[in-house]
Amino acid sequence: MSIGQTFLGLLESSPRHGYDLKRAYDERFGRTRPLPYGQVYATLSRLLKSGLVEVDSVEPGEGPERKRYAITEAGVTDVDRWLSHAEKPEPYLQSVLYTKVVLALLTDRPAADLLDTQTAEHLRLMRELTRRKDGGDLAEQLICDHALFHLEADLRWLELTAARLDELAREVRSHG
Amino acid sequence: MAKLLVADGLRKAFGQTPALDGASISVGAGEIVAVMGPSGSGKSTLLHCLAGITQPDAGKVRYEGRKLTEMTDRERSALRRGKFGFVFQFGQLVPELTCLENVALPLRMDRVRRREAERRATEWLERLEVTDVAGKRPGEVSGGQGQRVAVARALVANPRVIFADEPTGALDSLNGERVMRLLTQSARESHAAVVLVTHEARVASYSDREVVVRDGRVRDLTGASRG
Repeated sequence: MSIGQTFLGLLESSPRHGYDLKRAYDERFGRTRPLPYGQVYATLSRLLKSGLVEVDSVEPGEGPERKRYAITEAGVTDVDRWLSHAEKPEPYLQSVLYTKVVLALLTDRPAADLLDTQTAEHLRLMRELTRRKDGGDLAEQLICDHALFHLEADLRWLELTAARLDELAREVRSHG
Repeated sequence: MAKLLVADGLRKAFGQTPALDGASISVGAGEIVAVMGPSGSGKSTLLHCLAGITQPDAGKVRYEGRKLTEMTDRERSALRRGKFGFVFQFGQLVPELTCLENVALPLRMDRVRRREAERRATEWLERLEVTDVAGKRPGEVSGGQGQRVAVARALVANPRVIFADEPTGALDSLNGERVMRLLTQSARESHAAVVLVTHEARVASYSDREVVVRDGRVRDLTGASRG
């Protein structure tokens, strides 16, 4: 999953210090795998270099200075592009999709459209696999079936999430 | 693709419960369209309105430019018999007739002579790979065989549109796939359009495109993917 774009999405909802950003990330998306600090700052410096974030303010302290990061216009465009673009359908995609849905809700983007876009992309690939299966031998059919069942499971998740979007929106927004 | 069947702004309520709330859809000649959506979303009601089985409260349905919604019952029945074929989840074959007689039935109703009707019905049983059940009654054949007989019956009179409502709903995966493969293959060979109502994505993947019915409206997902 793209940590950089996830950071951008979190920064779009409000500017944050590196530490707060890590905490927000871990709380929402990294419960089983918290981000190491090294990766947080390496990612932020990459985003700074590419002009997607900027330092909003610097607070002097006893230790190193505390920088607060904010998203730039270019960063918002980047999040926009990422959220509206369907992921390549593949098994175990849920964590990326979940992140996208939460960020869309956090930043007041149409999360239902995002789910529709992804559903369409999954269905497109399923049609392609079904056609491949039709002309294939048994081995080909079984390989396609395996992919089809996984994609179908993703689609069920998409459908269920679409049905629970209002509930999820309330929960996400109440977390601030 | 020339539009064969067009519905515009359909509304239908059952008592206080709205089933369709401004649903619009168009189906091209020979096109296979899957209508998806959760239970109770209105997808079967949409199919019934498109096929002229149910009259919508508002909105129009046109078949080749003719308004179904303004036809008399007799005209609609004639259109259904001559141009449309139907496959439902189950219970559509006449239990007292053999499978061959069931397939020949639409032709017999159109006054085709028995010998000719049975010859054409036999051809369709062959295409659907169920010649071995020709002399059996529907109660004596498996679910998968019964559905293939139903597909043969839907196609025998050379319809322009097949309406299929959850045609594999009562079948296991393997039989469901076989029915879908044969249904879509036969429809393509006959240049018949198919309106396929299903809640299963794997069944829908046999179509040319999918639409989703949500809250009584139709959403075409084709334009949604930018991936």
